[in-house]
Amino acid sequence: MPEITMLEAIRLAMKEEMERDESVLVLGEDVGIYGGAFRATEGLYDEFGPNRVIDTPISESAIVGAALGMAIMGYRPIAEIQFADFITCGFDQIVNQTATLRYRTGGEMPAPLVVRAPSAAGVHGGLYHSQSPEAWFAHTPGLKVVVPSSAYDAKGLLKAAIRDDDPVIFFEPKFLYRRAKENLPEEDYIVPLGKAKILKEGGDVTIITYGSMVFHCRSAIDKLEAEDLSIELIDLRSIMPLDKSTIYDSVKKTNRVILAYEDHKTLGIGAEIAALLSEELFEYLDTPIIRVAAPDTPIPYSPPLEEFYLPNEQDVIDAVHRVIEY
Amino acid sequence: MAAKDLPKDKLFNLYYNMLLTRQFEDRLSKLYRQGKIFGGIFLSTGQEAIPAGTCAHLRDDDVISPIHRDLGAFLIKGMDPKILMAQILGKATGPSKGRDSFLHAGSKKLGIIPPTSILASTIPIAAGVAFTFKLRGKDSVAVSYFGEGGSNRGDFHEGCNFAGIHKVPLVLICENNKYAYSTPVEKEMAICCVSYRAESYGFQGLLVDGNDVLAVYDAMQIAVERARAGGGPTLIECMTYRIRGHSEHDEAKYQPEAEKQEWKKKDPITRFKGFLTEKAGFGESEEEEMLKRISAILDEAAQFALDSPFPPGESALEDVFAPDEGVRSTHLTIESRQKPVVSGETNL
Repeated sequence: MPEITMLEAIRLAMKEEMERDESVLVLGEDVGIYGGAFRATEGLYDEFGPNRVIDTPISESAIVGAALGMAIMGYRPIAEIQFADFITCGFDQIVNQTATLRYRTGGEMPAPLVVRAPSAAGVHGGLYHSQSPEAWFAHTPGLKVVVPSSAYDAKGLLKAAIRDDDPVIFFEPKFLYRRAKENLPEEDYIVPLGKAKILKEGGDVTIITYGSMVFHCRSAIDKLEAEDLSIELIDLRSIMPLDKSTIYDSVKKTNRVILAYEDHKTLGIGAEIAALLSEELFEYLDTPIIRVAAPDTPIPYSPPLEEFYLPNEQDVIDAVHRVIEY
Repeated sequence: MAAKDLPKDKLFNLYYNMLLTRQFEDRLSKLYRQGKIFGGIFLSTGQEAIPAGTCAHLRDDDVISPIHRDLGAFLIKGMDPKILMAQILGKATGPSKGRDSFLHAGSKKLGIIPPTSILASTIPIAAGVAFTFKLRGKDSVAVSYFGEGGSNRGDFHEGCNFAGIHKVPLVLICENNKYAYSTPVEKEMAICCVSYRAESYGFQGLLVDGNDVLAVYDAMQIAVERARAGGGPTLIECMTYRIRGHSEHDEAKYQPEAEKQEWKKKDPITRFKGFLTEKAGFGESEEEEMLKRISAILDEAAQFALDSPFPPGESALEDVFAPDEGVRSTHLTIESRQKPVVSGETNL
């Protein structure tokens, strides 16, 4: 297979799953004839028709709610929220209706649906086309939360999400849609949910990250290696369930931890991991745990503002220096 | 067939279902006062004709999404009174295994989507259910219950709009009981009737006397026939009145006494009994026989619920996710599919 982008990998995952399983369908704003705001569903309407690729009004609550009704009846809907920023309009249907259904029916009614949403910043989207709302959902029992950083993972994780019997919130960093690309295997594969990936092995410092920050951490590591530092890079891939064992094994080895995430610093995913490490691995830590994250402000639009706001390669390098020199 | 012309046994059954609901709720009120029910109970006294008249048209393959004041709908759709009682008492034998209170219980087999406290939230869900009936070419219907209070939430708008666009077999039952907790209807909306809103979603709104089980039955017949024939949704607004408070702890002093008394005269059970007595030879002996039957059912239900164990505390941790955590394929329909290769590798 030729090199494809993360966006194409996502489209391919949906197409293959829809071919494989008649119960898989897609609904959302502009997903049908138009092919989606980012073209993620391009071609699906022509192949599968209006009954399985359903254009909806601007109604995020109805998109998720109707998807839940379909899931109750044995379908595996993929609900697209055009931008993750708009997911708030469907928040109740996700948090109060979908996430709880299995629990409040004593296990009788699972809710196997996927909510896909392009998330995160770096494309001058301003306040309402830039947010990374994964922490809200990771905080909600009953939801799985996924953020891929490569084309391979995006395809494999989305397929796993579609086949999963529980609801999965699937955030797609739009910064990586066309930047992340690679050759994918021809055969069907999945990437299991809840499994982190060690992108680079190293002994001095562990950097734990996910989503578009993987991109910045990689370039930071290239520079740090020139300083003879050995960095282990972990891509969480799944925020929930969190792959604690991969994290713990790495921290036991390096004893120094950087948590890099693009979301607001306060109560982001890194805050939870720092708390876990403090509870479980306190004896293994040689230095404070450092979070590299965005400030607690709305996400600004103008290029100098957005550039200032976003955590970047230099922030990661500075954090590594801080723990090395501690 | 118009409801008034139904055979005697069907008419008697409508009455029986209303009586069962009233008696069940009176029993709940007693249990509540005895401290056997821990959460709130939200009784439908005076509104029993609505589930009775609507559910009378439903088949096993139809799906309902009732709300917290629809106890009758659970019973008529087939939930065992014992199980329902256990649910309300927070016992392990209830459908939610003690996880949620009162009528927050569902059943896949019976086609009951469990209510939540987020009112009208089940309208989009029921629209999604109805969409699947259309997809599968089935003539089943989904029925979504809500109050006039819930109809002011965005979910009502989004769900109705979606259902109207796709002409799905959905019947929307608005139980207009004049109060959203303490807020009177004139402070809930600037128009008189929720049914007026149906037109703006491209389907018909019917306005009926919700305390007249025959009128409710007739309206539901129109809506269900239309839905089964592919004619899309219908909204039926049933005008009624909440005789008791929002929940049992609420004395509802905000409801004027004169208003309450006026509506008590329109009690749906008394009214229908008058009809039955006059037209169907229903008498005190028939009623006594029904009450005896109901009393035995409720005794058994209450005993079952009281005798049922509470769920063990640690079961609070179960059923958040699928028990055998992991990735599986359970709903596959295409036989020629390849077995997925599980891999964590990337060739980045």
